[in-house]
Amino acid sequence: MMQRTMNMTNSDLETTGRTSDPMSEVTSFRGLETRSVHAWFGKHHALAGVSLRFPERTVTGLIGPSGCGKSTFIRLLNRMHEFIPSAAMAGSVLLNGSDIYDPSEDPAMIRLKVGMVFQKPNPFPAMSIRENVLAGIKLAHLKRDNHDDIVEQCLTRAGLWKEVKDRLDASGGSLSGGQQQRLCIARSLAVEPQVLLMDEPCSALDPGSTLRIEETIKELAEKITVIIVTHNMQQASRVSDFCAFFLTDGGPGYLVEADSTRKMFTNPSDPRTADYVQGKFG
Amino acid sequence: MSTVVQSPDQSKVEPQRPWAVKRVVRATNGLRLAVFAVIAAGITLVTPLANADGWALAFLLVNLAWTLATAARLGAKERRDAIVRVVVSSLAFLAFVPWLSIFVSTALKGYKGLYPGYLFNDMRITSYDDELTFGGVGHAVVGSLIMVAIATILTLPLGILSGIYLTEIRGRLTFLVRFIVQSMAGVPSVVAGLFIFATVVQSMGRYSGLAGGVALAVLMLPTVSRTAEEVLKLVPDDLRSAGYALGARQWRTALMVVLPTVRAGLTTAAILGVARVIGETAPLLLTSLNTNGFVWNPIGGTLGSLPTYIFAMFMYGSEYSVARAWSGSIVLLALVLFFFLLARRLGGRNERRTRVGVGKAASTSAGTK
Ligand SMILES: Nc1ncnc2c1ncn2[C@@H]1O[C@H](COP(=O)(O)OP(=O)(O)OP(=O)(O)O)[C@@H](O)[C@H]1O
Ligand SMILES: [Mg+2]
Repeated sequence: MMQRTMNMTNSDLETTGRTSDPMSEVTSFRGLETRSVHAWFGKHHALAGVSLRFPERTVTGLIGPSGCGKSTFIRLLNRMHEFIPSAAMAGSVLLNGSDIYDPSEDPAMIRLKVGMVFQKPNPFPAMSIRENVLAGIKLAHLKRDNHDDIVEQCLTRAGLWKEVKDRLDASGGSLSGGQQQRLCIARSLAVEPQVLLMDEPCSALDPGSTLRIEETIKELAEKITVIIVTHNMQQASRVSDFCAFFLTDGGPGYLVEADSTRKMFTNPSDPRTADYVQGKFG
Repeated sequence: MSTVVQSPDQSKVEPQRPWAVKRVVRATNGLRLAVFAVIAAGITLVTPLANADGWALAFLLVNLAWTLATAARLGAKERRDAIVRVVVSSLAFLAFVPWLSIFVSTALKGYKGLYPGYLFNDMRITSYDDELTFGGVGHAVVGSLIMVAIATILTLPLGILSGIYLTEIRGRLTFLVRFIVQSMAGVPSVVAGLFIFATVVQSMGRYSGLAGGVALAVLMLPTVSRTAEEVLKLVPDDLRSAGYALGARQWRTALMVVLPTVRAGLTTAAILGVARVIGETAPLLLTSLNTNGFVWNPIGGTLGSLPTYIFAMFMYGSEYSVARAWSGSIVLLALVLFFFLLARRLGGRNERRTRVGVGKAASTSAGTK
């Protein structure tokens, strides 16, 4: 992935005719970038030195065994990490070149731009399906007037429209687990984030809904950046353009290898990656 | 060249918390508040505003003025933020004023009677209007602690059991139990004292610490069982389901899954109950009366306590005895404060321990491949 992104940025730079000095590269990179990011929970060093680039309009899969820090990493990308009282971090996360941890940044605005879907479905139980989809717009005081269109469009993209179109006023909690998850995806799409983080979004879904979600992810990638954590290797190979493999040796989790998905699954540079994607461990 | 890392980044990096308020900012804020406090004290000297309440009002006004002055050069959003913040924190502060003024006036009136031996001496050989460097409140503290301990031993199991009945068993009598507990909360303390006088004191034939403890228990039970019920209600049903799905019976689940989860909350329930009754006077006047010396036997006869000590000193009415009453009030307040801090400490520590435990469990399970 680094290679690809480097190449991409370099060719961008060449076409714009600028010299490739590192500073101009920084400002010209669009998308999300982390620079030697570390994470701690109290004294526990959970993640060490992860530098990754997520170019605009791509899907990146984060893979790795349980406990290697994928969720921790993804929560660092939209400043959800800081809700854990003992949490600390180091390094920087850049969204389109500006550091999201800069003191002048408003974390609420960051989270509006970098949305998140959680592993466990969490629709708001006191709201109807329709209100759930529109919740982000209401909560963030966004001005939209075509609410009905937004509801239909988001639910369709999340693959839920057909099932719920006749009961939009039912409670969000009255859906099945998989339907709830798709409702949550629809909810996060409604605020039109620039980046969507998904932490094992399909672990509660049936194969049909999973495929529908994967199609949605691919459609989304035409407009936004998607970062998805998954334990399903087929899913990673189906939806992602790039893959990043995390590992822990008992200590902090770290990035082993990041590259284009095809390379990661056919000819990875690190033997541990090869073993992992072939299901030999983890 | 693609990213390949052989092993974790070994370079030394310091953990940071970029989202936390910077220490410099916090220090300047604290310094500013201190300066404002001094200015407010100055204002109380030159204007009709006086005492703790006047000072608090002056302090608020100074803060508000400062915020308005600085907010003028901010953007609309920041200005709204700053003003809302100062209004909200002022209201919070306002709620704090009565507490502050009780505490300050008690401290001002009572500090004269405090000397190192005050906590360890009793009033056996000291008369109520002796010099303030004689005698002490030790016997009253001991008596209060004995009776509160009796009350806690009686109410904690009962309170937890009724909480469990109301949240776990949810039997047919739920409504009745809740009704009785709630109406017990409305029983005037003097009535509770009379009731114990008519039962325990008269059947034993003498006043005693035990009777006092039982009277306090009557008043403490509603607080403890209400709090226990609220705390138990917070346990997510998932946890109960997990217990049942392991084949556990209801009472095993309640005992081994639900109760340990809320240990911190139950500690708080007990201590809130203690703080509720430690200052009760009326029931003790009817059940345990007062003594002037150390008594350790809860069934041997009358037993002193802090509230009755304060009451007796006030009733005596001489200058020194009233000063003693105020000093006793300081000790009582300090005791209540101590119990509240203990509740926070115990609650907080338990919570932290479980959190760390969860983290450890997760990392060990992650380590086994
Ligand atoms: N809230 C927390 N408090 C303390 N430690 C935590 C916390 N959350 C995670 N950790 C620790 O951080 C490490 C990484 O956890 P993380 O949840 O990021 O793993 P993961 O890669 O997402 O695993 P999984 O695939 O099982 O979801 C683990 O060792 C875990 O114990
Ligand atoms: Mg995870």
